[in-house]
This record gives sequence, structure tokens and C-alpha cells, in this order.
Amino acid sequence: MTFLSTVKAIAISAALAVSVALPAAHADEQYFPLQSYRVGPYAAGGTGFFGGFIDYLNLINIRDGGVNGVKLTWDECETQYEVERGVECYERQKSHAGAAAWNPLSVGIAYAMIDRITADKVPLITVNHGRTDSTDGRVFPYVFPLLLNPYSETSGIVNYIAAKEGGIDKLKGKKIVVLYHGSPYGKETIPIYELLAQKYGFTVQQIEVPHPGNEQQSQWLTIRRAKPDFVVLRGWGVMNPVALKTAVKVGYPVDHIIGNVWSNSEEDVIPAGDAAKGYTAITTQASGNTYPVVQEIVKTVYGAGKGNLEDKSRIGSVYHNLGIVNGILNVEAIRIAQEKFGHRTLTGDEVRWGFEHLKLDPAKVEALGAKDLFHSINVSWDNHEGEGYVTFQQWDGKKWNVVSDWIAPDWALLRPIIEKSAEAYAAEKGIKPRTAADAEAVAATN
Amino acid sequence: MSAIATQLSPAAALPKWLAPLLLIAFAYVVIPLIGNSYLFEAILLPFLALSLAGVGLNILTGYAGQVSLGSAAFMAAGAFAAYNFSLRIEGLPLVASIILSGLVAAAIGIVFGLPSLRLKGFYLAVSTLAAQFFVQWALTKFSWFSNDSASGVIDAPKLSIAGFEFDGAVGRYLFALTVVVVLTFLAHRLVTSQTGRNFIAIRDNDTAARIIGIPVLKTKLLAFAISSFIIGVAGVIWAFAYLRTVEPAGFDLDRSFQILFIIIIGGLASIRGAFLGASLIVVFPLVLSRLGGFLLGDLFDSGVLDMSQRIVLGALIILFLILEPDGLVALWDRVRRRLSLAWQSS
Repeated sequence: MTFLSTVKAIAISAALAVSVALPAAHADEQYFPLQSYRVGPYAAGGTGFFGGFIDYLNLINIRDGGVNGVKLTWDECETQYEVERGVECYERQKSHAGAAAWNPLSVGIAYAMIDRITADKVPLITVNHGRTDSTDGRVFPYVFPLLLNPYSETSGIVNYIAAKEGGIDKLKGKKIVVLYHGSPYGKETIPIYELLAQKYGFTVQQIEVPHPGNEQQSQWLTIRRAKPDFVVLRGWGVMNPVALKTAVKVGYPVDHIIGNVWSNSEEDVIPAGDAAKGYTAITTQASGNTYPVVQEIVKTVYGAGKGNLEDKSRIGSVYHNLGIVNGILNVEAIRIAQEKFGHRTLTGDEVRWGFEHLKLDPAKVEALGAKDLFHSINVSWDNHEGEGYVTFQQWDGKKWNVVSDWIAPDWALLRPIIEKSAEAYAAEKGIKPRTAADAEAVAATN
Repeated sequence: MSAIATQLSPAAALPKWLAPLLLIAFAYVVIPLIGNSYLFEAILLPFLALSLAGVGLNILTGYAGQVSLGSAAFMAAGAFAAYNFSLRIEGLPLVASIILSGLVAAAIGIVFGLPSLRLKGFYLAVSTLAAQFFVQWALTKFSWFSNDSASGVIDAPKLSIAGFEFDGAVGRYLFALTVVVVLTFLAHRLVTSQTGRNFIAIRDNDTAARIIGIPVLKTKLLAFAISSFIIGVAGVIWAFAYLRTVEPAGFDLDRSFQILFIIIIGGLASIRGAFLGASLIVVFPLVLSRLGGFLLGDLFDSGVLDMSQRIVLGALIILFLILEPDGLVALWDRVRRRLSLAWQSS
């Protein structure tokens, strides 16, 4: 033990010596480590999302000269959506000075990083996905499932179905089938559907499609026998177009299928061809390239030949716009933190403070050129999701059209479940939940 | 010729155990002093876990001649078993939960090793695929295995033995290193024992083995059990010390192939081969990727770079297997022989 502590002490001092020897952070740079994936089975999502993210960072650099003069930098490390590659990238990129936040866009990689980023005090952003209970900022100080966690998504879908049927009381006696991907991601919402069914009096039947889901005949025959009022498609990758095609084959009406947030992209419906016409899916960010911020990216970034997407027709697609929205959220968090800590390179903990004060109301969103692209966000120290609104888009065979207002999930109903799960995690890991005062204390050094 | 060379070699004058002992001392004393967290977290921990898995598979495939494509499943079984033992049995020491998890993996290995009594070669390889798919399916299907965690991804518990916590990168490295050293030593003892010779006899000709009185049935199942035990413990290191998180998807068929490649490239029927193969499989892609990023990162995006690295890596492996079909171990021995000959003649 004494030997080990000596070893540890020496190792720490060696590490310190190395970090002193490294050049100090440039006073005017904020760095984004991007664990992106441009090859492998999920490349469509990766190229779109990271393309949009980088396009927005480029827009800020070219148009504004950075955030209050602080230039945004980044580099990419290919993960192929694999956890151990993500960890390797994390270890490789974390030595870079001035890291603002991590955005791996992968549940698996995010899970593996939670302990590590918490020790390093740098925020981890899992926009529209991630671990539901990390919404509870008391237990997960550095994890932010911004805009929409899986439970809110479920609640939003159920609320949309209720609105279509003419009110929440009309759900009584209705039948909903959830067709989910046979993976941890797909299973995450099983308990919450059961709970909502009990609360609103509809029946729910949840059917698994084994990964990867390119054969769904038996599942859809079961659905045809069950005659549900709606089918929720909780798919991923190739499972989505196959589901739509099979639905048409067994004669289930496509306009009664509602896709979740990972079944809502152009890449999910185009391969299904005509079978996808009339299919509706949830989203936090509308698709299309008419929004002022997207137009500016086209003009300023692509005009200067610095656009990230090779296929320009994907500008304004669902994943690209999600990347842009994610860029807005990251940049605005830095801007908010800079107002408190000064216009300079911020530490990870200072950026965490910025995210915990990230409040963009619809007027502010409009000023950013993103009116109707996304609704608003209201993050606080204990609510790391930030009350994102959802909307629904219908595919007409060529493009997505918004068919609903902005809908609020039932946060008050979900919050106690999330807190219970987070508290169980805290007990298991021996974490003492933070208080509001803890959240205001900011580490000045990385 | 090789016997003469060995006799002439000055290295032969030294006791055989000296080199591994020096290496272990180096790994325990020098590396923790000079390494940084990247070295431990991104290189040494996956290297140790995969080396141990390679040692395990080599006992089954290299020594006993039974090809298996289910290694990742046994790793998964070990990782999830260790998680559940430490979760559900209050106060169970870590060492006990590791041993128990190895035994669980061994039991599963025996079940899926039963077809080896009838099947051989490629047919056996295909039947071990059943283990691969079944274990992964069961772990996803029954949420009890992941303690009903919503997403099925579980967190590793703290590593502590007798009150000492293996915290941080160095601590987890030392923990993994200790497990690997102990199991590798036992594996080494095993393959030089009568049981190890029985394995080889069955690999080379199982009819002949039966005639000289080796219980073929029992020996084959023993090989499956021991190999799965070691691979299961490798899974514990992979999940607890390296990734610190476990999800069934992380133990897919690709991982099984990776472990098989490690022993083919490193050298079949050799303990050292597993380590040499793992170092190539773990380190080489990283070197390529960093070199590629450093030299060409400004010209191409990371996707293009990654694809070209795969092409280079694949081509090098093919080239290497053509030039040195016996694996890195044979290459290593040849280089050493040449060097000692040169030493003699100078």
C-alpha cells in the first residue's frame, strides 16, 4: 500500500510535469473534441449530425470571428459508433487544452464516459438521447441529455396521439402497439409506455424486432391481428424502411404509424419508397433549409467552400439540422458562461455552468435565426434536459412537412420517475446529490 | 540446426524464466512510472484483456485443436456474471466474484463444447456461433442480467481487494496486470503438464489419442472449460478495468473474430503468441490512425482516413500471413536466432 501510494505520487507528479511542459491553452480558442462516425453502419446519422455541428461552428468563426473573439476549434476522431474506439478517442483528445464539451452521439460511448468526464469536469452532451435519469442534475452534474430524453419522447408521442384523437380522455380504450428495436436503446421505454397506458386507460402491446430488423413479417402479422389504433415505430437503421414496407404488405395504414426520434430521418423513409408516404414521426428540430440560420450556413460556409457535407442535397435534412441545433446549444452555453467568467477560453466546469444556465426562449431562438427550427430550451442546475418541445412531421414522398404545433411532454409526470432512478444510481455509486449552491461553485482550472 | 543454434546462443545460458520475470518486473515498476493515462486507458488495458482472451482461446484452438467463434460470448458471460455476483451477494470479495464468473463462463463453455464430441473443424466453428448468438440474445432479452436497468447498459462496480481500491488508470492497470500474470502463469503450467500434452495429442490425431488411453471426451470438455474460464475472466477485465461499462452489443461476433485473429497472427499453440498478436491488433491500428491523422488529417476527413487504414491493415495482415504463416512467434524466434548467430560469429 505504501509502495502503491508512492507509485501514485510519482505518477501524478510525472503527469503534472508533462502538463506543465505542454503549451498553455491559447487565450482565444475553445476546443470541441468530436468523436464522430463517418464509416460503419450508422454513418448516415454521423455524417449528417457532425456535418451540421461543424457547419455551425464554421459559421460562428467566419461570420462572427468566434464567440466574442474566442475562436472555435475542433478535431475529429473516428469511432464507428464502437464503445472502445470512443474511449480511445476520449483519451486521445482529452489532452488537448480548452475542451468545451463532449458530443459523442452514441449511448454506449456516453455511458462509458460518464465516470471519466465527471472526474475531468467537462460536460457531456447527449442531445435527444442518452440516459434518461441523467436529466437529474443533482446526481449527474456533467451529463446533459438536452432537449429530449427517451421518456419525454414517449410522453410527447402519446400526447400527439391524444391530440389527434381529440383529447387526452379519448385515449381510453384505444390500442397502441410499440414495435421496438431489440437493443438496449429499443427497450429503454418499455416501462414508461406501460405506465402511461395505465394512467390514460389505453392498452399497449410491445413487440420486439431482433437486431438488425430486416425481416418483420411475423411481427406485422401479429399487428394485423391485434388491429391497433396506432403503431409506434421505435426503430434504428435498416429496421425502419423494412417496417414501413412490411406494413404496406400486410395492409396496415402507414398514416397510423408514428416514428420515434431515431426513426424520423430522410435516410429512414427514402429507402422505403412509396410505402413511406403518409408516415409521421416525432422530432425536436424541423427539417428543411428555409430557416435563416440554415440559409446563412449555405451562403457563408458553403459559399466559402468550407461546407462539411459532401452531398449538398442533405443540407437541411433531419440529422443535419440536429447537428446545427446542437451547435447552437453548445455555442450559446459558451456565450452565457463567457458573460459570467469573461471573454476567454473557459474551463470545462465553466462551460458546465453555462449549460446549466442555458435558457433560450422563443424570442431568443428567433434572434439566432432558428425560429420554428426548434422551439426553446430551459436548462437548470437540476434539470439537464431543459424542457424541449417536440413537433411531428409527415413524409409526403419527397420531403417532411410539419403537421403539428409544438407539443410539450408531460414533465411533471416523468420527473418523480427520473428522480427515483437517479437516486438509486447515486446510492449504488455512493454519490452525494448536489445542491443548488454546489452547482454555483465552479472549478477555475481544468 | 535450431538445436545447435540454441546451444550456441548466450541467451540459452541464462535460466528460461529470467526473461518473463524481467518483463513482469518492468510492467509492474517502470511502466506505472513513465506511462500517462492514454497509455493505460487506450493501449495497455485493452491489450491486457485481449491478450488474456487470446491465451484462453489458444488453449482451446491452438493446443486442443477445437476452433471456436464464441469467445466474445464467453467474455460477455464472465462480465455479466461478475456484475451480478458483486451486485446480488452482499460483501462478496472481488476475487471470489472473478473466480465465480470464470466458473460460470466455464459452465457455458462446457455446454457449447458438447457438439465438439461429434463435430470437427469448420463444422465445430459454426456450431460455436450458437454460443455467440445465444448469449448475446439472452443478455438483451432478460433484463434481470442487467439489473433491469432501463437501457441494458450496466456500470462496473469499484475495484477493491481487501480494502485497497484500484482507482484511476494506474490502479486498474495494476489490477488487470496481476490477473493476467496469474492466469498466464497457470496456463503456462497447464500446457506443459500431462493435460496439456493430452490436448496436443487430441489436436494432432484424436483416434491415436484414444488408442493410447487419453479420455477424448473428457479432455475436449476440459479444454472448453479451461479456455472459457480464462476468456470469461478476460471479459471481466474488459468490462470492469477497461471500459467501466458493459453492454451486450460490445461482445459481438466481431470481437470473437478479433480474438481468433490475435492467436492466428500471434502464433497458434503458444502463450507468447497471444500477447504478440494482441499487441499487433490493439496497437497497430492506433499507430496507423494517429500517423494518418498527423500526416493527412488536413487533407481528408476522418471517414476517408479510417477506411484507408483498414485497407492498409488488411493488406499487411495478408502479406504477413503469406510470409510468416506460423505467426509472430516464429518471426520472433527466427530474429533471435539470427541475432545470436551473428553474435557468435562476431
